[in-house]
Amino acid sequence: MTAACNGTGGIVAAVIIGLALLVVVPLVVDPIFLIELTSYVILAILALSLGLIWGYGGILCFGQSAFFGIGAYAYAIAVINMGDSTIPLILSIVVPALFAALLGYFLFYARITDVYFGVITLTVTLILYKLMGTTSGSAYTIGNAAIGGYNGIPAIPPLNLPGSPTTFLSLDGLFYAAGLTLLAVYVGLRLMLKSRFGQVVVAIRENERRAELLGYDARFYKLAAFTIGGGIAGLAGCLFANWGMFISPDVFGLAQSAQVIIWVIVGGTGTLLGPIVGCFLVQWIATQLGTQQVLNANLVLGTILIGFVLLVPKGITPTVLDLIERTCQRRSYAKPLVEKRSVS
Amino acid sequence: MDLLVVLSIEALRAVASLALISVGLAIIFGMMRVINLAHGEFLMLGGYAAIVATKAGINIWVSTLILAPLVVAIIGIIIERTVIRFLYGRPRDTMLATWGLSLFLVGITTTIFGNTTEGISAPAGSLQVGNYYIAAYSLIIVLIAIAVFAAIWAVFRFTRYGLIARSTMQNPEMAAALGVNPPAVYAATFGIGAGLAGLAGGVMAPITGIVPTIGAAYVAKAFITVIGGGPAVLAGTVSASVLFGAIDQIITYLSTPVIGEVALLAAAVILLRFMPQGVTGSFFRRAS
Amino acid sequence: MTIMTNINRRSFLKSSAGAATSLGLIGAGGKAFASDETIRIASLLDLSGGLDALGKPMQDAITFAVEEINAAGGLLGKQIELVTYDTQSDMRLYPQYAQQAVMKDKVAAAFGGITSASREVMRPVFRRLNTLYFYNTQYEGGVCDRNIFCTGITPAQKQSKHVPYAMNKWGKKIYTLAADYNYGQITADWTRKYCMDNGGQIVGQDFFPLDVTNFGSTIQKIQEAKPDFIYTVLVGGAHQSFYRQWAAAGMNTRIPLASTTMTIGGEQKFLAPEETNGILLCFNYFEELDTPANKAFLERFHKRFGADYPYVTELAMATYQSVYLWAEGVKKAGTAERMPVIEALESGISLDLPSGKFSIDPQTHHVIMDINIGQIQDRKINILESYPQQHSLDTSAVCDLKKNPDDNTMYVIKV
Repeated sequence: MTAACNGTGGIVAAVIIGLALLVVVPLVVDPIFLIELTSYVILAILALSLGLIWGYGGILCFGQSAFFGIGAYAYAIAVINMGDSTIPLILSIVVPALFAALLGYFLFYARITDVYFGVITLTVTLILYKLMGTTSGSAYTIGNAAIGGYNGIPAIPPLNLPGSPTTFLSLDGLFYAAGLTLLAVYVGLRLMLKSRFGQVVVAIRENERRAELLGYDARFYKLAAFTIGGGIAGLAGCLFANWGMFISPDVFGLAQSAQVIIWVIVGGTGTLLGPIVGCFLVQWIATQLGTQQVLNANLVLGTILIGFVLLVPKGITPTVLDLIERTCQRRSYAKPLVEKRSVS
Repeated sequence: MDLLVVLSIEALRAVASLALISVGLAIIFGMMRVINLAHGEFLMLGGYAAIVATKAGINIWVSTLILAPLVVAIIGIIIERTVIRFLYGRPRDTMLATWGLSLFLVGITTTIFGNTTEGISAPAGSLQVGNYYIAAYSLIIVLIAIAVFAAIWAVFRFTRYGLIARSTMQNPEMAAALGVNPPAVYAATFGIGAGLAGLAGGVMAPITGIVPTIGAAYVAKAFITVIGGGPAVLAGTVSASVLFGAIDQIITYLSTPVIGEVALLAAAVILLRFMPQGVTGSFFRRAS
Repeated sequence: MTIMTNINRRSFLKSSAGAATSLGLIGAGGKAFASDETIRIASLLDLSGGLDALGKPMQDAITFAVEEINAAGGLLGKQIELVTYDTQSDMRLYPQYAQQAVMKDKVAAAFGGITSASREVMRPVFRRLNTLYFYNTQYEGGVCDRNIFCTGITPAQKQSKHVPYAMNKWGKKIYTLAADYNYGQITADWTRKYCMDNGGQIVGQDFFPLDVTNFGSTIQKIQEAKPDFIYTVLVGGAHQSFYRQWAAAGMNTRIPLASTTMTIGGEQKFLAPEETNGILLCFNYFEELDTPANKAFLERFHKRFGADYPYVTELAMATYQSVYLWAEGVKKAGTAERMPVIEALESGISLDLPSGKFSIDPQTHHVIMDINIGQIQDRKINILESYPQQHSLDTSAVCDLKKNPDDNTMYVIKV
């Protein structure tokens, strides 16, 4: 295809479209829906983190919500103690990244196959869920922050301007902050995947043995991708704690882990746009289902997941893009459609 | 002394429960290489079958030991024919589809029964051991587990189905060439695995009560037991159950049930780090 | 497009609530101004999920109260409209629905929340959005906030009578089993305090997350500790397996139980009689209360919900009565607006209701009420003892909203 497809042109287009959406959307949607939409944007960052390690790293992680939750808890505990949110924000990325590095070291260097990897990451998430649920006694306090067990941590202070704890991020400000973060993560990942490091990660996904014979230590590259994914998920967790001003062990639950997987598979693996699309779509459906009592939300999400695995295993975005590509090759006037392709 | 006896019975019950809830999964995974993330929901369905039947006036033993496995085996065969069979040889997609199935089953049971805890009282009364009293049902669970494992072993060792099943799993093309119908064998095996899950769900129902989301409480434990056990279906499940069940029970006694479960899960993760092939996998390799 | 602002969330939410009215809302559509003809109130209760056994009777009770008031001509000439939110035992839905109830439905008052966790998540939301809030569950005491009225029974009203009564009856060694969250933890502390005050001893104490169903090893531990009785603060459907396993081990005839939570979900009606017989309870309300007001209430209630209605629980009655307290406040204030209603309620409103005399304590926003001790026998409760008009002394020791009206604290009392 054209240079716009794979080159920097695509990234520029993505930035322009993203910024345009950030400006326009708050003007046209209802304020309550904007709050809802902010949560979709935050969760889309989480979806992107799994899109990276699963879609590009080929790592089947069933416990991505563990890093999300650790990030949220790290932020909450730190900000309650410190007041200023700058260091807590950094901690919300570093702590889950370190946790991912530790867990990844344990598993990649044992060369555990991907199916077992899925089960173990799921188990670790459940361990965290159970552990956090037992911390409601007054003994479980870190500084001024009571971890709260099943109750969770209420009244988490929002992000503030560095050095000025009284200048808070307002709720509409959070929409812009989350939107810009999503855009930055997306662009950052695009650039990373174009770099030598990114190409090696993809090469390992394609054929681990061949990559190793070429002299790349697959374990190290996988571990690095996994760690980056953990940090991004943690950042999303921090924003999520800001959004609800509340965090509880539910973030480590099975339902939360399942949701992340569903976003990515519905949107499509192997693209970065896919997880974002999947997240917005599935969350929107889930919200619609939540307001009616006829159809159970689990029933519908389960059906969607089975349906996609059986019928659209590549997910929406790649399937649609394939269709578009085929159509435009046949008609050979590709220009406006190519623009769309470039955002993927 | 009394306390030791009582605690041993409790530990045996923990081991037997773990073995029971894992064995259906072990058969499906060990023989078909299908990772069934809806296993917990099969247990849940077994529990509902047992409770609904008992509340409808059917004898509690008939409900838990016959109806529960039968109902879930039929559901299992239907699921194998409609979903699983399209995914053989694609372990990742199987995991995802069965996860979807798990959500689907939770959703449909919630729609039918509501998201409420239902329960029946455990039959068989209590036993006195010195100064202590325990539920006789604990011992019954141990006996049921022993009977189930003996039966499975006998079926796979001595019956024609067992021979065909083992050969089909080892080499489906060869088996087909010899006149076996692999799809039928796969369906039957999946049905047996599901039925065993249903049996376990029925047996556990009087202890835990049942709620549509209870599968989540089982699935992680069952998985790490199976994976921790390694390739030998029966020996692996038993050895991993003994190891993890004992850890769970000892830590629970020393602290709380939650910490016990956490210790169980943590032990499994550590075990897999050092024995990625599971207990039986590691020992067999060394032995040979 | 300021991203950082000095206005805090409160003024943002206010302004966006204003914007919402002018834009019209999704879903609510033109109904946003319906409050001209009706007064809206919201109910936020777990009607599904692990706590549904508690939430459903409360929902029936609030429905019934609204229907009764409407049938009697409504309030200030307007009908009351009840907006129901099912929070599905999911903590994340509480703040979301609380916001929706205020911003979308524009309710005059909100009723609900079951666990203390859910209350602590919603309380700041209602306070920030200036919406009166009634919390109607027995709880650990200590909430001090002028925007909330707590009609539930607190430890100083309950454990102070219940624990000594049980100790007199059975002995001084207690083993406590409690749910592992703030209500369970703090109630266990209070139990310890009243046990010590009366010369008793806590020989064991275990906490269980709400999803624990296996109590086998706990039952061994209890036998080892040999308490004179067990005090349970177990919550929700999963914890009911304790009573089943306790009876299956044959312990129900050997060590007696006292419980602060049994029957709040009508459990005695679906557990087998031998699993609950003899459990000692202490509440403001029992369906078995033999008073004319209660008999009349039950007759009306059963006419509406059927003669086979399982059980009108303590929590359901507190919910029913809280609506009447609020309605009385509205009548007295002549408006449903928040501040006048709070002031009217603080004037010391007192009503004769099915559970007896029910009076608001202006200093704490808690309720002065009768306390009854009862014992389960074959799914019925025999009332053994009554203590009229008990004050919430635990809360009044730390909270004085007359002196300090801006207080907004959940005091955790050091025991």
